[in-house]
Amino acid sequence: MSASNFSDPSLLRGLTQRRFGRRDALRLSGLAALGGALAACGVQGQGTQAPASAEPDAVAKFWNGKTKNNTLRFANWPLYMDPKQPELKAFTTKTGIKVKYDEVIQEMGPWFAKVQPQLSAGQDIGYDLMVITNSFQFTQFRDSGFLAPLDHSKLPNYAKNAGAAYKKEAFDPGNAYSIPWASGMTGIAYDESRTGPIKGLADLWDPKFKGKVGMFSDVQELGNFGLLAVGADPAKSTEEDWEKAADHLKKQKSDGIVRNYYDQSYIEALGSGEVWLTQAWSGDIFQKNISDGTNFKFIIPEEGGTIWTDNMTIPVTATNPVDAITLMDYFYEVENAATIAEYINYVCPVPAAQPVIRQHAGKLTGEDKDALLDVADSKLVFPTAAEYAKLHYYVAFEATSEQQKFQKTFEPIVLG
Amino acid sequence: MNRVKNKIAPYLLVLPGAVWLLIFFAVPMVAMLSLSLQEGDIVHGYRFTGHWQTYTEAISNYDTQIIRSLIYGAIATLVLIVLAFPVAYWIAFYGGRRKPTYLFLVLLPFFVSFVLRTISWRQILTDEGPLLSPLRDMGLIGQSFHILGTPTAVILGLVYNFLPFMVLPIYVALERIDPRVVEAARDLYANPATTFRKVIFPLALPGVFAGVLMTFVPASSDYVNSEVLGSSDTTMIGQVIQAQFLENSDYPTASALSFVLMLVLLIGVFTYARILGTEDVMKVAAR
Repeated sequence: MSASNFSDPSLLRGLTQRRFGRRDALRLSGLAALGGALAACGVQGQGTQAPASAEPDAVAKFWNGKTKNNTLRFANWPLYMDPKQPELKAFTTKTGIKVKYDEVIQEMGPWFAKVQPQLSAGQDIGYDLMVITNSFQFTQFRDSGFLAPLDHSKLPNYAKNAGAAYKKEAFDPGNAYSIPWASGMTGIAYDESRTGPIKGLADLWDPKFKGKVGMFSDVQELGNFGLLAVGADPAKSTEEDWEKAADHLKKQKSDGIVRNYYDQSYIEALGSGEVWLTQAWSGDIFQKNISDGTNFKFIIPEEGGTIWTDNMTIPVTATNPVDAITLMDYFYEVENAATIAEYINYVCPVPAAQPVIRQHAGKLTGEDKDALLDVADSKLVFPTAAEYAKLHYYVAFEATSEQQKFQKTFEPIVLG
Repeated sequence: MNRVKNKIAPYLLVLPGAVWLLIFFAVPMVAMLSLSLQEGDIVHGYRFTGHWQTYTEAISNYDTQIIRSLIYGAIATLVLIVLAFPVAYWIAFYGGRRKPTYLFLVLLPFFVSFVLRTISWRQILTDEGPLLSPLRDMGLIGQSFHILGTPTAVILGLVYNFLPFMVLPIYVALERIDPRVVEAARDLYANPATTFRKVIFPLALPGVFAGVLMTFVPASSDYVNSEVLGSSDTTMIGQVIQAQFLENSDYPTASALSFVLMLVLLIGVFTYARILGTEDVMKVAAR
């Protein structure tokens, strides 16, 4: 087992149920969402263009005169916090701020489509804090001027405790508009009993596995792996690289190697033997192994994998931004970061949480103790420098036209 | 006074429906038509420029998917007629007192969500599922044979999901046939086959006509079956529209494609109605 092979099945009960829930909450049943998008269509002309990074006076301008209101509305993804919300209860006790917590975000595209008309009309969307992924829509939120610039003087715990990797993300230079909630990885999952050992992206193009390879239908995930396979770093890639990557992916398709392009359903396809190896999100596989007793493996490819981050942001129309930023910083207190990670088992942006989780484990016995120790030792929750070195960020788009170009480059592969 | 009332009454009766149509059909249609002629992007907004080229671009980019959708829809509809006619015939003529029960059974699948039913077909058709595994073990199919991800799987899903929409109209048409007409045919020495061909089938044609309308249109624009049972080689136009709206936020292209699809289907339906309109059906029957 190589250093990057975290396939110990004992790894974790709760691993990443979230993605299970969210992507699954079908775009298929998206008729309602489609209706929402249609309604959104009537609205023309969005906000003005905001600068890519917040100017100091923009921060002052936004925060000036804003006060604590002792109330806060928080929009998050499902299964991203213990349903009993112990952290939020403790927060209310400590600060007097009451939190209304809703798990309303299921997918980035529909979420953006839903709140975009209100934000562009300068109206409150009903939330003061929302967790959004660093996907296309992050850039759209930012460039539309929908995100409040963060006042880092109000984020002392973030400054003190956030891991170095979580202070310099390409999609939000200087964390002007966001700080991370949690991260996860995209790599390769495989059924070793059929494939034998798998090392990296080259295996996804190996004719030996003709018709048994799964890829993601999400163009960004697909494009990223295409880019890594042709030796380009997604975050620094150029349009030329995209073309090259698309050609490489087209070849993979025309050679009949790809069985299909999947959304979350790739897990079932792997489980049913439809595919033997596939692009995968780190946690899903462990969840599958634990719930179904399977023994699938997950690796970060030797050529590199990607890391995505879900980020806490404040909508520019928030009515309680001070309360929101107070909660954001509260999650960066080591103790709170530790309990969140214990429950969600995603990459924790606070390295100092690791010993705290060990301490918590020390107070328990039996299975519970083992489970927590697994979290503390998991390279999926606390990646080491060796893992980070292999993980790449997403393509960061400077402009919407660039993003459209990227989509048009890779989309024909998926929409045959 | 009464006369005036009588004149107004029909309009008053139609008013609620008309207002409903205006608000929930006409207004969104106009909004979408306008959107399809706008230019821009989601961040900077879409502005109306009358950019009709979106249509030509959309058609040239996605003609494969449009044609594929129409072919899948047509095949599914044909299979549906073949499957649904005997079912409706049997219920109508041999159902006896249990007719309502049988009709209920036809409708029973609707008590489970459309998406869930389609997903359960995945489990049945999957490579190592209850259908293909035994066949493969017996050596009847090759190692790499599969159904999921092929047009067969998508069309099967369409047929399965729309079956009741074909059975019910045909049943209604058959139900209305006066048994004395059939008796008369027998009295005139028509054998059962001739009775069916010359009497029953022509009288059932209006039902088939309605069934085709109720299945071909939604089947051609469906996006669930291909998403769940198909692969990137079976992408239907509904999926493309959905992706343009929700994933790419390319509203003009999505709107343009919606109109193209609507237009194609309308032309198809009108042509079909002219060739095989209900009145003409009766003429065919009279021949």
